[in-house]
Amino acid sequence: MNMLATECLLELCEERFELEDYQSGVPRWCSGCGDNAILAAVQRLCRDEGLRPEKTVFVSGIGCSSRFPHYMRTYGFHGIHGRALPVAEGVRLARPDLTVFVNTGDGDCCSIGAAHWIHAIRYNMNLTVFLHDNQIYGLTKMQASPTSPRGTKSNTTPRGSTLEPLQPLSVTLGVQNVSFVAQAVDWIPELLYDIVKAAYHHKGLSFVRIVQRCPEWLPKMWDPWLHDPQRIQLLHHERGLQPSAGLATVYRNQLEHDPQNLNRAREIAANTDVIPVGILYRNPAVPCYEDLRRGGQLRTDEYIRAGLEAEFDKFTVWPQVAA
Amino acid sequence: MKDHEAMNAPTLSSSKTVTTLREHIVEIISDSGEGAQRCGQSLGSIAARMGNGIWTVEIIPAEIRPPARSIAGASGNRIRIGAGPVTNGGDETDLVVAFNEQVLLGRVRADELKPDCIILLENMWREHADPKIAAAYVETHDKLLAAGYRLIEVPMERECRARVADAKRGKNMFALGMLCSLYSLELQMGREQIALTFGKKDASVVAQNVKLLDAGHAWAEANLEFKFRIPPAQRATEPKVVVNGNTALALGVLASGMELCSMYPITPATSASHYLSDVFEKIGGVVHQAEDEIAACAFAIGASYAGKCTVTITSGPGYSLKQEAIGLAVMGEIPLVVVNVQRGGPSTGQPTKVEQGDALAAIFGSHGDAPKVVMAPSTIEDCFYSMITARKIAETFNMVVVVLSDASLATSQQPFPRPQFSESWIAPPVDQSAVPEGMKPYDWDAATGLARRFIPGQPNGMHTLTGLAHDRASHVAYDPEINEESIHFRSLKLAALQKTLKTPPVFGDPQGDLLVLGWGSTKGAIEEAVQTLRDEGRKVSSMHLRFLQPLPGGVKEILQRFRKVMTVEGNWCDRPEDEIIDESNRRYSTLAMLLRARYLVDVDCYGEIKGQPIKPSTIRRVLTAKLQS
Repeated sequence: MNMLATECLLELCEERFELEDYQSGVPRWCSGCGDNAILAAVQRLCRDEGLRPEKTVFVSGIGCSSRFPHYMRTYGFHGIHGRALPVAEGVRLARPDLTVFVNTGDGDCCSIGAAHWIHAIRYNMNLTVFLHDNQIYGLTKMQASPTSPRGTKSNTTPRGSTLEPLQPLSVTLGVQNVSFVAQAVDWIPELLYDIVKAAYHHKGLSFVRIVQRCPEWLPKMWDPWLHDPQRIQLLHHERGLQPSAGLATVYRNQLEHDPQNLNRAREIAANTDVIPVGILYRNPAVPCYEDLRRGGQLRTDEYIRAGLEAEFDKFTVWPQVAA
Repeated sequence: MKDHEAMNAPTLSSSKTVTTLREHIVEIISDSGEGAQRCGQSLGSIAARMGNGIWTVEIIPAEIRPPARSIAGASGNRIRIGAGPVTNGGDETDLVVAFNEQVLLGRVRADELKPDCIILLENMWREHADPKIAAAYVETHDKLLAAGYRLIEVPMERECRARVADAKRGKNMFALGMLCSLYSLELQMGREQIALTFGKKDASVVAQNVKLLDAGHAWAEANLEFKFRIPPAQRATEPKVVVNGNTALALGVLASGMELCSMYPITPATSASHYLSDVFEKIGGVVHQAEDEIAACAFAIGASYAGKCTVTITSGPGYSLKQEAIGLAVMGEIPLVVVNVQRGGPSTGQPTKVEQGDALAAIFGSHGDAPKVVMAPSTIEDCFYSMITARKIAETFNMVVVVLSDASLATSQQPFPRPQFSESWIAPPVDQSAVPEGMKPYDWDAATGLARRFIPGQPNGMHTLTGLAHDRASHVAYDPEINEESIHFRSLKLAALQKTLKTPPVFGDPQGDLLVLGWGSTKGAIEEAVQTLRDEGRKVSSMHLRFLQPLPGGVKEILQRFRKVMTVEGNWCDRPEDEIIDESNRRYSTLAMLLRARYLVDVDCYGEIKGQPIKPSTIRRVLTAKLQS
């Protein structure tokens, strides 16, 4: 059979990456920590999507989850507590050619960085944001976080926390310009991967809350959900996820939910008896801040000079011409 | 010696006394919204075109719309017009045009007027329907007259009403017309200035304003018995740019090739961002108004990390908020320009007033050892060029460069030669070349601490930048030696920059009885005071520092050639005359403290934090006392 030379060339040029191309070092998370599952899903995503390591940036704040970039063989930015989102926004605005991910924890995103979280949703920049929500401060050794259930005993709440937890999905879905909200759990890797992938493919700010186990400080927290698959609510829809037959036999509590329906998404998010897993909301029509703000001009020296001279003209006093 | 002392004996011209002056300080004040600002700026521009030196200062009330006719509500402009170059706002005012007597009273009480100041006062209040207002006017009028001011009542409202329906809009141009007559400025230039100012609006607006300008001029010609001339020492030969310091900063951002300014609104920095917001996009830049000061800094850091050099512009409280993020940029060796337009502090302090209180925060701010470059522009022109220099240093040394302007520079105007564009100002494109095999993200040079800047997109350069202590590979350092190594090299970079700095020039003789040092916006006033004393035969010189961190070389040798050394600064220092203040507890002004620590030289200081620029006369008094001590 004849083969065209060009077809052959295309094959040759195509780059393939292996999982090892994205792996860096041995994670120092505790065994059983949900961060490991997230790392595995994300490395798989990078390989499957063929993301060039040098064109990919993971930005994080501070906390257990924010060590994430160190374990990726891409560019990474491990910054300061709570400020992952504004750093990532700066990267995004400066560099449309890069793929930018954000890893942030419940303390990082929902407490010290809460202002940035709200505004990041409103900016809707093209970022894939993973909220690693283990409902406790881990790295600083067990203090209650804003998402800790009421009654959580911790080093700062030895007699149990007194406030109702903040619901990250409800908050996100309540902000103007929200464009993608999904939820995953670390113990269903297949769905975690599907959701991470859907988030990556959404243009705009994709917010994925990943319910994550902390075996060190809250080892039994998720047991009721782990032991009773009925308490996982699979969201499926032709415009959302379509879980495999295998998963569907284990997780029978299923709900058909159209991710275009924002009000329904808010109702689903408000129900805390079950953990809804899947895509709650997706609206690709929301404009991205960087597209609204970035000009398309090529900034040549001459272009800048012309702009600058025009400004000087506005403020120049010319010497009075001799009469 | 009086600054406004006549150079020549008065001469009589067309039945008027025309006095030739070396300089005069003129104020136009009104309630806010009555256009006194515009009148003052126009007067400054006209004088600049004639070839006069000018320095204009905005008079700004603390509130947006203070109540009408309130003592604290004066809004306007103060213009120092000189025969030669003018480098600062000078001392007290020689002539003031006031739209009501209450705002005038505010200026009198603030000791801003010379004892024999000429006052041109709107007299409509005398006949006001409200007897309380009429009485208040008469009372103030009589008091000021009795106090020795040369008060002249002017029927501005009546004259304007005769020509236009709403005198409130346009009285300022009537005032400008009067001032053109008073200072023998060509009326035609006033008309041209109006055409420039209102050119965007329709022709009827220009015509109406010209009508009022002509009326003001005619009234002054017919009714005032005196005139002044301030003949320029040299004819203007080159085009000059007339802007305030904040606009100059923004122009500098344009010229530096930076593409992003990330900011959060704060006084008095914001006007720079206002102007940038208007023009930056025209040359492909973006002003990002972030959700808060921390986000503004983090956003800038993200953009800089991604390959651009970015600027964030703020004032004191915002600068405090950015500290942690600045430390991150230091740790990650990310180029970043931070502008702090200083205001009165601490806390909310005096948002619209000048102070030089943030240099120590700039140098030592952020926890741990966080070396960064701190520079301070001292003129309006300097504000422009500082941004270009700051960007270059930031990108050459992968450092944070803090530029300390202040509220005085921000709102003052001083013409400077129109800059000649140079391609060397502009940042190179983002470097996307591959990293050589084996090179690490922090391969610190043993002598200078410098390392190649790794930028996302560069093949082979993948690593995770971290705010944690890290080794050359940017791996988190658990080894104590590594932490010390990285701090060592980040510190060396400052020394490397210091080796490239020139010793600042000495104003005056290179040795003598007293050397006075300053930094930032005080330069003009210090040098004027020093010149006056030198003219009297005193052996005084001055030196102004552009770089506060690192301090340039060669300074110690200069300090040692003077019998006494002191600084004059706009920040606090304890007063030796206080009973419990002595050598063991006196807190020195910023620069004095730095110089004492660095050079082991006894440096005295004078600090003033009244929220106003330090006057040359004050400095003269301070230096005279120091010479005699």
